[in-house]
Amino acid sequence: MQALYAQLLVGLINGSFYALLSLGLAVIFGMLNIINFAHGALYMMGAFVAYFLLNIGGINYWWALLLAPIVVGIFGMILERTMLQWLTGLDHLYGLLLTFGIALIVQGVFQNYFGSSGMPYAIPDQLKGGMNLGFMFLPVYRGWVVIFSLVVCIATWFLIEKTRLGAYLRAATENPTLVRAFGVNVPRMITLTYGLGVGLAALAGVLSAPINQVRPLMGADLIIVVFAVVVIGGMGSIMGSIITGFALGVIEGMTKYFYPEASNTVVFVLMVLVLLVKPTGLTGRAA
Amino acid sequence: MNTRSIASLLLTTALTFAATGVASAQDKTVKIGALSDQSGLYADLGGPGSTLAAQMAIEDSGLAAKGWKIDIISGDHQNKPDIGTAIARQWFDVEKVDIIVDVPNSGVALAVNNVIKEKNGVYINSGAATSDLTNAQCSPNTVHWTYDTYMLAHTTGQALVKAGGDTWFFLTADYAFGAALERDTTAVVTANGGKIVGGVKHPLNTPDFSSFLLQAQASKAKIIGLANAGGDTTNTIKQAAEFGIVKGGQKLAALLLFLTDVKAIGLETAQGLNFTETFYWDMNDQTRAFSKRFAEKMKSNAPPTMVQAGVYAGVRHYFKALEALGGNPHDGAKVVEKMKSMPTEDELFGKGEIQPNGRTIHNAYLFEVKKPSESKGPWDFYKLVGTVPGDQAFTPLSESKCALLKK
Repeated sequence: MQALYAQLLVGLINGSFYALLSLGLAVIFGMLNIINFAHGALYMMGAFVAYFLLNIGGINYWWALLLAPIVVGIFGMILERTMLQWLTGLDHLYGLLLTFGIALIVQGVFQNYFGSSGMPYAIPDQLKGGMNLGFMFLPVYRGWVVIFSLVVCIATWFLIEKTRLGAYLRAATENPTLVRAFGVNVPRMITLTYGLGVGLAALAGVLSAPINQVRPLMGADLIIVVFAVVVIGGMGSIMGSIITGFALGVIEGMTKYFYPEASNTVVFVLMVLVLLVKPTGLTGRAA
Repeated sequence: MNTRSIASLLLTTALTFAATGVASAQDKTVKIGALSDQSGLYADLGGPGSTLAAQMAIEDSGLAAKGWKIDIISGDHQNKPDIGTAIARQWFDVEKVDIIVDVPNSGVALAVNNVIKEKNGVYINSGAATSDLTNAQCSPNTVHWTYDTYMLAHTTGQALVKAGGDTWFFLTADYAFGAALERDTTAVVTANGGKIVGGVKHPLNTPDFSSFLLQAQASKAKIIGLANAGGDTTNTIKQAAEFGIVKGGQKLAALLLFLTDVKAIGLETAQGLNFTETFYWDMNDQTRAFSKRFAEKMKSNAPPTMVQAGVYAGVRHYFKALEALGGNPHDGAKVVEKMKSMPTEDELFGKGEIQPNGRTIHNAYLFEVKKPSESKGPWDFYKLVGTVPGDQAFTPLSESKCALLKK
């Protein structure tokens, strides 16, 4: 039973990454109608920016949490301005192919210079060590990841669903011409939204740097699972993707305990089941 | 057609055949295929570095000056046996490759082994770990350089059991390699009076090991044996440190650890790990000189891993055999037989031999990862703890199940 609690908690930790990443994807899909396959590469860039900040600039983890999402977010906005914006109104497939291509290029460039094994990034001193919870030894850093990503997820949900800015955004996706008539600069808002989604990916990258290796393929390994999470939760649903992210982390953790061989596939099995029963995803509305 | 023209036709044909016969005996063309994981979790320990090692072997052999024409191509098997065998077939059928080298990932290595045997090519495997390549699945076309699971189990594994680590829990990569390494290590542990208390099979290329590490922790085993490699091993070791596994009194047995893995983990976390390799760049003047030349040509400036060193040494020995044959007969089994009949000697692995089952025998070294304070340079990672002579490290012929031995 104790082991089960521990596995639950570990599942939540992984779920935090799924939630942060799928949230960014959901925001981008919901507002821009783009299936952002470059998300994994941008997540990887976030981790690399943190690595560079520390090893070249001597800038610590806490600043990296702020700076890396901004740097990568700006990179994302440049992508949106120069490439993605021309895809408005075209079939989803074009956006998917373009962002997939961008992901391959970015990963290829990093791999060319940094190989595939990656680099170590130390856990910041303030979050080192762990506490004994009775049923398991919880590394402080992992606890931090769960709490921090929960806060970020809820803040993002609040921003989009409960604020005036969020209302503009949602309105702009429904009817951009009308929103423009009210004097809102819709293209700029779209660019900023993409920047926000990308920034969330980069933030997840910084969070994961001390846990996993900082390596070029770290995003590629994760992105497929995250897409499954988004599909299960319902494309474009903010709350859906947060909840599904955490829930699937837990389910995967349980699988690692009961039948580890299937831990890589369980998410996809679930995806198939959900698609068979409810093709719009658990919380999705029919388009 | 009259008799005379038939006779002349026969004569021309005979002459043509004679001419080709002469040409093939003196044929001095060779084509090498370097098949590896070029972009995934094993790319740094083999990959482009292995292709470079083979290229350096070509240059250092000096065969070009003697009129040989040697080409090299490389391919990415992506850790998938079906892709690996498809490339191998295409290389033999279309590209007319004579020899395939490297091939990390035991699953792919065993699949390619069959293709090479069927096509009568030459196979110098350096990257794969499974001891089956020279045991149950041995082939007259295969030479296995550098290391294998039997060796890893009988060096690192044995040393740990003898030091008091008598209960083991395995974290095993769920494919041919992990299974072979777990099997060979289990045999050593139980033979030395130890006990296996549990284990988990994890999928290849797992980013998060915390669930598995918690299970290992709960097992209370003294030793947690890592029957995995590359990125999987680095992630396990790093995350084990996070969960306080070593501080809690359990010891990690990194059964297979490469130079590039230690770099990726960082000395801070990796210090004190014991493991076995058959090559380290900083062994003597010769290995240092070679590694310096190698690192200058690598984009990452990394010195060679033992896998890449094995590719170099294997290809050099292959060329020696070809020279002794006076040309390339394009007959894999014949060349491998010649390779086995000659003792091996090179600046990286020293003196050795190739056994009838295809296993190359050379020294193995027990290393310990240095403390950060002991490291003097960017790749100064290992302290030599002990040397195991080749005949004690690798499978004795009496234990080998290789069919080639029953003649």
